[in-house]
Amino acid sequence: MKDTVVEIRDLYVGFKTFKGYTKVLNGVDLSVNKGERISIVGETGCGKTTTVKAILQILAKQAKIEKGEILFKGKDLLKMTKNEIKPIRETGISMIFQDPVAALNPVFTIGQQLSVVIKYSRLKRTKGEEAQKELAIKALKETSLPDPKRLLNSYPFQLSGGMRQRVCIAMALATPRSLVIADEPTTNLDVTIQDQVLQILKQRVQDKGSSLILITHSLGVARETTDRIYVMYAGNMVEAASTSELFKNQYHPYTKGLISCIPKLSGGGIAEGIPGRIPNYLNPPYGCRYSTRCPKVMERCTKEKPEFKDVGNGHQVACFLY
Amino acid sequence: MVNNILEVKGLKKYFPIYNAGGVKQKGVFVKAIDGIDLSIREGETFGLVGESGSGKSTTAYNIVGMYGVTEGKILFKGEDISIITNSRSLRLKKDIQIVFQDPGTTLNPQRSIRQILRLPLQIHGMLNKQNEEAQIIRLLNTVELSSDFLYKYPTMIGGGERQMVAIARAIATDPSLVVLDEPTSSLDVSIQAKIINMLLKLQKQHNLTYVFITHDLSLVRNFTTRVAIMYLGKIAEIAPTAQFFRVPKHPYTKMLLSSIPVISKMEEELKPKKIKSQGEIPSPVDVPPGCSFNTRCPMAYDKCYKVDPVMKEVEPDHMVRCHLFD
Amino acid sequence: MTEKRSNYNNNLLTNVGNEELAIKRDKIEGIKRAWYKFSLNRMSIIGLATVLIVALLGIFEPLIAPYPAHVGPFVDFASACQIPSISHWMGTDNFGRDILSRTMFAFRGAFVMGFGVLLVVVPIGSILGLIAGYWKGKTISTFILRVTDIFLALPPLILALCVCAIMRPTLFNSMMAVTIAWWPWYTRLVYGMSTSISNELYVKSAELLGASKSHVLFKEILPNCLSPIFTKMTLDMGWVILTGASLSFVGLGEQPPTPALGTMVSDGAKYLPELWWISIFPALAIMIIVLGFNLMGDGVKDMFSSGEV
Repeated sequence: MKDTVVEIRDLYVGFKTFKGYTKVLNGVDLSVNKGERISIVGETGCGKTTTVKAILQILAKQAKIEKGEILFKGKDLLKMTKNEIKPIRETGISMIFQDPVAALNPVFTIGQQLSVVIKYSRLKRTKGEEAQKELAIKALKETSLPDPKRLLNSYPFQLSGGMRQRVCIAMALATPRSLVIADEPTTNLDVTIQDQVLQILKQRVQDKGSSLILITHSLGVARETTDRIYVMYAGNMVEAASTSELFKNQYHPYTKGLISCIPKLSGGGIAEGIPGRIPNYLNPPYGCRYSTRCPKVMERCTKEKPEFKDVGNGHQVACFLY
Repeated sequence: MVNNILEVKGLKKYFPIYNAGGVKQKGVFVKAIDGIDLSIREGETFGLVGESGSGKSTTAYNIVGMYGVTEGKILFKGEDISIITNSRSLRLKKDIQIVFQDPGTTLNPQRSIRQILRLPLQIHGMLNKQNEEAQIIRLLNTVELSSDFLYKYPTMIGGGERQMVAIARAIATDPSLVVLDEPTSSLDVSIQAKIINMLLKLQKQHNLTYVFITHDLSLVRNFTTRVAIMYLGKIAEIAPTAQFFRVPKHPYTKMLLSSIPVISKMEEELKPKKIKSQGEIPSPVDVPPGCSFNTRCPMAYDKCYKVDPVMKEVEPDHMVRCHLFD
Repeated sequence: MTEKRSNYNNNLLTNVGNEELAIKRDKIEGIKRAWYKFSLNRMSIIGLATVLIVALLGIFEPLIAPYPAHVGPFVDFASACQIPSISHWMGTDNFGRDILSRTMFAFRGAFVMGFGVLLVVVPIGSILGLIAGYWKGKTISTFILRVTDIFLALPPLILALCVCAIMRPTLFNSMMAVTIAWWPWYTRLVYGMSTSISNELYVKSAELLGASKSHVLFKEILPNCLSPIFTKMTLDMGWVILTGASLSFVGLGEQPPTPALGTMVSDGAKYLPELWWISIFPALAIMIIVLGFNLMGDGVKDMFSSGEV
């Protein structure tokens, strides 16, 4: 068996809000092997960002992790103390956020921000300013940024959106990591730049042997960048398969619905969309959370929660139809 | 005989640049729109595509009057409307409406949905004083929202629903032309599908003409009747949708089409051969001489660096602006 | 941008005719929500409690003060300069007057000063700021801003001193003086907000729909400025009261025998440090009021923020 870098088992997360307690994550299962690139695809509010924030333990203070395990290289992150988690954030896992404007500090130069990342990696060969600078330039070069030396002295506002996001990727990959998490890194970028940035991300992750968790709401982006796709709905993983397998065969009705809504290059109009709305987390539907909108809903769906299980060929589904 | 409801002739919009001291720099401008010609026919859905900095949003804002015109003319139903909103007649404001991109800022967070939808009706004297509320509920129903939404505030509803309210607000005045500035860009695919279908239904019911601005080419393929693609303030190509996708002519069009992420092999085949974007997009302040695309175009030759190409009709209703077709 | 869609109320209101109920229910919900946001800050609750207690003491002074007569012209040299004891919790001053009762009465003057000044300053300053921000770059805006700049340069205390020196020193005149010096701060504040909000899409939408200028200013822009206005008002209450106390300390403002906090401090100053209680208690009272309002400030800011809770 390949060694697993991250494994999430049966994770339940809720939030304390003005209206009451929202039960967002409802038993999430996920696993990423070494060198594997997976993506979590789902719509706004389905809990994908909550899931990865739970991995990094950066959830808001109103969040409560009720149950479950998050294993990073075999050790449960949820049972660790603050001091034990720190080195993991510094050297094990890195994150690329959606909005590069918010992720980069506007009053520091790119060089200063990169050197912070490098300094805390505590790599033996990065003692001393010169060595850090060399590594920073190398990291920037790897993301095809023009004129890295001049970039080190530039401020974020002087760069375009695509360049800023590439800087964030450089920061995430400057030092070797076991896991890189990218939260919708190209949503705010133009199509041609998006293409470029995703290719760079894919390549660099592969070169360094890191694993990648990519979050996106676009199946097209997931298809082009990752090998395995997890489809998420309302706090649950509903389907997971290798990329080629998923687009050949979709099992879960939600995945099928999602794909039908995507406008196709061949024309032919767009499907009507999926009727209904995502459930209210204050009072989520009992049993399968998709039961309120599913065209194939059965009695059992409103009483029991389907298990996320393997149905052959590495394909996993959480649905009573199978 | 189909009329041209909107005509744009030689439109230019330049923005002055202010240096650090707040003083206008002489002679230096951001050439957001640098001479475009368009005619939009009544009842059609005209797609305007381009990446950021292409000038498509600026064009939209010029049409509705948010920006004034630097040069050129915009004619609406034959009338010259190249003036800003403040100077426009109430009748004009009733007839041309816009739906903005960001649902987060398009509705005032301090006003309820009811107040938001009441405003256009009240301004243009369309309020049914006896039964205001029923009228507003009917408006909500046309965008498939229930009466529950009346007293809610924008922060309480999702992005898709906010856009639907924005659409309801736009059609409340029974306009002839609706400009849609990337209305579904920040929304999920299933919500997008719902909204697009609703827009199509409304178009049939109210005989609307749409100017649809977006960077999502797959969406354009399924929603528009004609497409124009813009690059750095100029139009590169205009064609009926099917033709635009089947036989794209301009290298930029091909580049854009080849980089769309698709989800099936069949669609992959439909894309033109992959053209990698070389170089960076030049700044709209410092546009290179000749064709503005010459920094990234894989087919650029010496003429492209000296002379700016002009729009030519290469096939019926299919215009391109490129030296390859001179 | 991740947003949680709150799907509340989907099944509740279905009857169109229940308009009034719906408005009421939403208003109550709004108030409950605002209180929830305020109460997330424990310090703000303490501040609010402090302010309320002080206000109640002032309002009900004639009923609960141990020696209400000491507030007016009263002299009893036999019990003068008594150290705090069971019969006089804060002791007595050099005229034999109970300091506790007088302090409680003085609270009234403090609140009157605070509310009086702010009720005039906030509307005027805010409206001017709105106009200046919306028409930024035009003549009216420049004019308002320059006038604001001039008034900003005047130190409130000195101005108040001058005004009161020229006219009779009374509470009303000192309030007027502070008002003149205070309004430009609100103009500045609202100007900044108005400028940025004027560029928001919802304001542009209203303009494109054909809304009148007054609608845009008061119904679209102003509601979004309320948060910093109210926060500043809360903090300003403390500052205005402090300024009022400073004025009465130098003899302007309320004239004796009416008690005012500042006057009481200055009266007792010459007896420091032996008869410390005559100055210290009024000074502590000033501090507590100001602190109370300052602590509330955080809560008020959160209360108006449109963030999700």
